[in-house]
Amino acid sequence: MADKMELREIEVWDGNMAASQAMRQVQIDVVAAYPITPSTPIVENYGNFLANGYVDGEFVMVESEHGAMSGCIGAAAAGGRVATATSSQGFALMVETLYQASGMRLPIVLNVVNRALAAPLNVNGDHSDMYLGRDSGWIQFDAYCPQEAYDMNFIAFKVAEDHDIRLPAMVHQDGFMTSHTAQGVCTIDDDTAYNFVGDFKPMNDMLDFEHPVTHGVQTEEDWHFEHKARQHNDLMTKVLPKIEAAFADFEKLTGRKYNIVENYDMDDAEVAVVCMGTSVETAREVAAEVRAEKGIKAGVIGIRVFRPWPFEQISEALKGVKAIGALDRSSPNGTVGMLFNELAGCLVNMENSGVLTDYVYGLGGRDLTKAHLQQIFADLKANADAGKPTTPLQQFIGVRGPKLSFL
Amino acid sequence: MSEMKKIKNLKEFSTSADRFEGANLLCPGCAHSIIVREVLNATNHDLVLAASTGCLEVCTAVYPYTSWDASWIHIGFENGSTAVAGAEAMYKALKRKGRLKQPERTPKFVAFGGDGATYDIGFQWISGCFERGHDMMYVCLDNEVYANTGGQRSSSTPIGSSTTTAPAGRVSYGEKRMKKDMVGIMAAHGSPYVAQVAPNKWKDMVKKIQTGLETEGPVFINAMSACTTEWKFDPADTIAISDLATDSLVFPLYEIIDGQQLNITYRPKNVIPVRDYLGAQGRFKHLFKPEYEYLIDEWQKQVDATWERLQRREEAGV
Repeated sequence: MADKMELREIEVWDGNMAASQAMRQVQIDVVAAYPITPSTPIVENYGNFLANGYVDGEFVMVESEHGAMSGCIGAAAAGGRVATATSSQGFALMVETLYQASGMRLPIVLNVVNRALAAPLNVNGDHSDMYLGRDSGWIQFDAYCPQEAYDMNFIAFKVAEDHDIRLPAMVHQDGFMTSHTAQGVCTIDDDTAYNFVGDFKPMNDMLDFEHPVTHGVQTEEDWHFEHKARQHNDLMTKVLPKIEAAFADFEKLTGRKYNIVENYDMDDAEVAVVCMGTSVETAREVAAEVRAEKGIKAGVIGIRVFRPWPFEQISEALKGVKAIGALDRSSPNGTVGMLFNELAGCLVNMENSGVLTDYVYGLGGRDLTKAHLQQIFADLKANADAGKPTTPLQQFIGVRGPKLSFL
Repeated sequence: MSEMKKIKNLKEFSTSADRFEGANLLCPGCAHSIIVREVLNATNHDLVLAASTGCLEVCTAVYPYTSWDASWIHIGFENGSTAVAGAEAMYKALKRKGRLKQPERTPKFVAFGGDGATYDIGFQWISGCFERGHDMMYVCLDNEVYANTGGQRSSSTPIGSSTTTAPAGRVSYGEKRMKKDMVGIMAAHGSPYVAQVAPNKWKDMVKKIQTGLETEGPVFINAMSACTTEWKFDPADTIAISDLATDSLVFPLYEIIDGQQLNITYRPKNVIPVRDYLGAQGRFKHLFKPEYEYLIDEWQKQVDATWERLQRREEAGV
C-alpha cells in the first residue's frame, strides 16, 4: 500500500512535476520508461516516489523508448493502469508501437514533453513530435502550463480507460517552457484525485486465466479495414462527448473549467490566431492589447484536444471570423502547416469563410514574442479588411536572414 | 495444479496440447509446431504467451481465428520479449496490490520468436529483458532464415547457405558468415539457465523446457526448428534432418547454468560427417560443386572446434 502525500493547496511545480504528481495520485500499476530530455524529470520524479513509498506499482526502466512502449503494451494487455513519458527522438522511436497500442485498444497514458526533432539535434520545445503522433490513433490533449499538465492527466486516464473508449491518450506540454517552468499549481488531495479517475477496470486482460484472449492478431484485406474503421468511428463519435463529460465532472470537483476548444474573446472576433501550447497564453495577452490599443477585434483559439480534431467546435468558433492565422510550431517540410490544413478543412465548405494564412514559428525553442504576434494580428486585420490575403499564404516568423515566405 | 507434467513416452509427447490447436497455418513438416506444442504441453501452469512477428504469429492468430487457448499477445517483430516482460511486471504489481482475479494461480511467462526476431531485430529488447531479470522464458524457434518473408538471410544463417538475399550464384557460395553464437551471448547476460534443444531429442527438450519453466529469472532456449520450405527437404523428413543436425554436432545440445556451468546433454554414439547433414538439404546443394567443396571441410573443422570447446568448458566448469 502506497503512502499518501500531503500536498499544500497550491504547490510550486514545473510541468514535469505536475505530470509526475498526477501519475502518482492515480496509482499506476506499471510504468515502463526511458529517460529523454526534457521529459526526464517525470521519470526521475516517479522513481523518487517509488523509492520513498509513495507508489507501489512496478517501475521498469527499459533500454529504449521503443522498449518502454512495448512494455506498456504488454502490461496494459495484462490488465492494469499503465503510463509513461517521453519526448522528441524517443517519441519518434516509439512511433511503431504507438500505432500498435491504439490498434490493440489499450488505454495507456503517455506524457509527451514536446521537443524538436533532429537533425539538427535540438533539445528545446516545438511541436514536431506532437505532429508526428497525429495519425497514430491516440487521443491527444494539449496542456499550456503546469496546472493544465496536472489536470489533463486525470482527464486522460478517465477517458482512455472508459470501456466505451479503450484508446490510449497523450498529454502534451511544451518542453522547458512548461516542463521546466515552475508555477503555482492548485492541487487535489490524493484520495479525491484517485477517486476522480477511479479504480482500473480490466477488460480482455491476459491475467484472467479463465478467459484467455488473443491480442494483436493478423488481419489482411478481409478485416484490417473494418478494425481501422471502427477505431476511427470511436475517435470521431465517442471520444469528444466523453471528454466533455470528464471536463464537466472535473469542473464540479475543482472549479477549473476546460473546453475542447479554448476560445478567448472569440464572441465578436474579426481576426483570430489558432495555436497550441505556451503560445496560447502569449497570444491571449497580445489579443487583449491590440483590442484595447488598436481597436482590432482579436481573439485566440487554443486547441485543447488535438486528436480527435474537434472539427465542429472549431468550425463553430471560426464562423464570422474574417481573417485567421494558423500558428504552426513545426516545419511542414514542403507544404502548408498542419494547423493550416486542418483549419482549411473546417473552412472549405463554410459560407463566407475567413481568409486563412499560415505562420511557422518557434522551431527548436525559438521564442515567439509579443512583437511577432502584434505583427500577425496587424496582418490579419489587413486581410480581414481586404477580404483576401495581403501577405503570402505562409510566412516564417522569427527566423534569421531575409524574410522567408511562400505561396 | 502447478507442477510440471510427467511425459514418459513418445505417445504422451505427441499428444496435442490442449492450449495450442493443431488447427494452424504452419507448413506441413514445420518443426515450430512440435516445439511450441511441447512448451505448452510441458506444464500445467497458466501461461502468458507472446510471439514476435513471424511464421508462428501469422500462422496461428489470423482474425477471426486463433490457435491459442491461453493468454497470448503479439505486438511487433522486435518486441515479443518486452511484451511478456510488461505482462510479467503487471502480474507482480497486481499481486503486490492484491488485485489478481485468480490469486492462487501461478502463471509462467513465455515469449516465442524466430531467429530473425531473436538474433537480429529483437536483440536489444531481449538483452534488456534479460539484464532486468524478468521471470520469463524466451524460446527462439531457430530456422536460420527469415522464413516468413520468403527466405532472407539472418545472422543465424550458417555459412554457405543459399538464401534469397545472399543467394548462391555463379560467383558466390551464398552466406559468407558463420552463425552468431546467440546461446553464448545470452549465457553471458548471467541468465540462470540457457539451453539449446532440438525436437528430435524430445526427452532432452522436455527436460530443458521444464527446467527453464521452473527456473526463476530470464531463461533462454534456442530451439532448432528445421524448415522444410527454406532448408529444402521433404516435409516428411523433419525429424530425420534434425537427427542429422544433432548427430553431426552441427547443432550440439547443451545447457549453461548461471552463465557458468556448461553441460553437454547429448553425445552421439556415432558422430556422422557434416557432409551428410549438408547433403540432405537443398540450401547447401551448391557446396557440392568442386570449387566449393573446401567449404564443407571448413564446416567440419568449425564443428569439430566448437565441440572441442564445449567439452573443455564442460570439464572446466566455468
